[in-house]
Amino acid sequence: MELAIGIILGCCALGAGLAMIAGIGPGIGEGNAVASACEAIGRQPEAKGSVTSTMLMGCAIAETTGLYALVIAILLIFVAPNLLVNILVSTIGG
Amino acid sequence: MSQKRRLTAVDILLLLGAILPIVAIIVLQILTKPASEGISLSGAYIYFTVDMPLQPLYITEAQINSWAVIITVTCLCLFLTRGMKVDKPSARQHLAEWIVEKTEGLVKDNMDPFFSNYGPFICAILGLSAFSSLLSLFGLFPPTSDLNVVGGWAVLVFILITYYKFKCGPWGYAKSFAQPVALLTPINIISEVATPISMAFRHYGNVLSGTVISVLVASGLGGLSAIVLGWLPGVLGDIPFLRIGIPAILSIYFDVFSGCLQAFIFAMLTMMYVSGAFPAEDYAARRAKIEAKKQNKLGGN
Repeated sequence: MELAIGIILGCCALGAGLAMIAGIGPGIGEGNAVASACEAIGRQPEAKGSVTSTMLMGCAIAETTGLYALVIAILLIFVAPNLLVNILVSTIGG
Repeated sequence: MSQKRRLTAVDILLLLGAILPIVAIIVLQILTKPASEGISLSGAYIYFTVDMPLQPLYITEAQINSWAVIITVTCLCLFLTRGMKVDKPSARQHLAEWIVEKTEGLVKDNMDPFFSNYGPFICAILGLSAFSSLLSLFGLFPPTSDLNVVGGWAVLVFILITYYKFKCGPWGYAKSFAQPVALLTPINIISEVATPISMAFRHYGNVLSGTVISVLVASGLGGLSAIVLGWLPGVLGDIPFLRIGIPAILSIYFDVFSGCLQAFIFAMLTMMYVSGAFPAEDYAARRAKIEAKKQNKLGGN
């Protein structure tokens, strides 16, 4: 029983860590967006305002996949262990 | 000539109405919320439950705090717009005019001319979201870090989107899913449902991630200062000196900048989705057709 609960807790923690690998994608994407925005401002300094607001908008949308991963990780840390241990206890009858 | 404008009794009452809700929820939090040991991360605290037929209704911290924010913002608006004059406008009238002009400009830039009266709605979303996120500066639970609150806003936006898609009749709404080719219908339906979910998760995830990182950094600094400064004699060794000041720098980014940015992005996405859902050309063509039919009828009679 203790072993099973230990495996559940450990796997939840591992899963949360693995889920956050998805942070790589938005990181690269936002980096590209900001690099292009800097280039655009360098070429056309008078368009700084509109370039900045468009860049922030694009960054926020690129961030979405990372935030999905964050939500999954938070669910795995705070919600899943309780739920899974309850299921285990009710099936085995500990 | 240059007589100083005094605050009248009503002004003071309105200012009190803006400040008192915040003080009230701070007092409520101190009185009812059980003190947590050290630093902990938890969801919205449930103040009380109301028995309902299907499921008990939980009145949580998020609801109480967002009602306080609503009262505060309303009182601030009333305070800013009191005693307006055409000549010699006061400082607060300038502020109110600036807010209105900025939102009107934002709506004009990003939406179809059909939506020219959308300024108040967008400004309400901006103000509510920004003030809700800024509530964490007082050490309170920001309502935007509860998925239910932002989920409600996203559902509201989804209803608006569907309403404007229906402007060309049910058949026009059904046809909009088969664009550009009929093969893409399932994907279009999925992306339609994904819109409110991604809007809610984006806002909630950004605010919550700020809270999580702040808590992690604060507890990490507590441990670090116990190691580095633990040799100090007596009580001095127990005080986590490194925790003073350093988390405030993070708070400037996560609470102030990120909170205001997320409010702006939520309002921006609302404008884009609602404006994008409205088929302006089809609507104009449909209007013209109906007008022509009416004219024909009148001519026939």
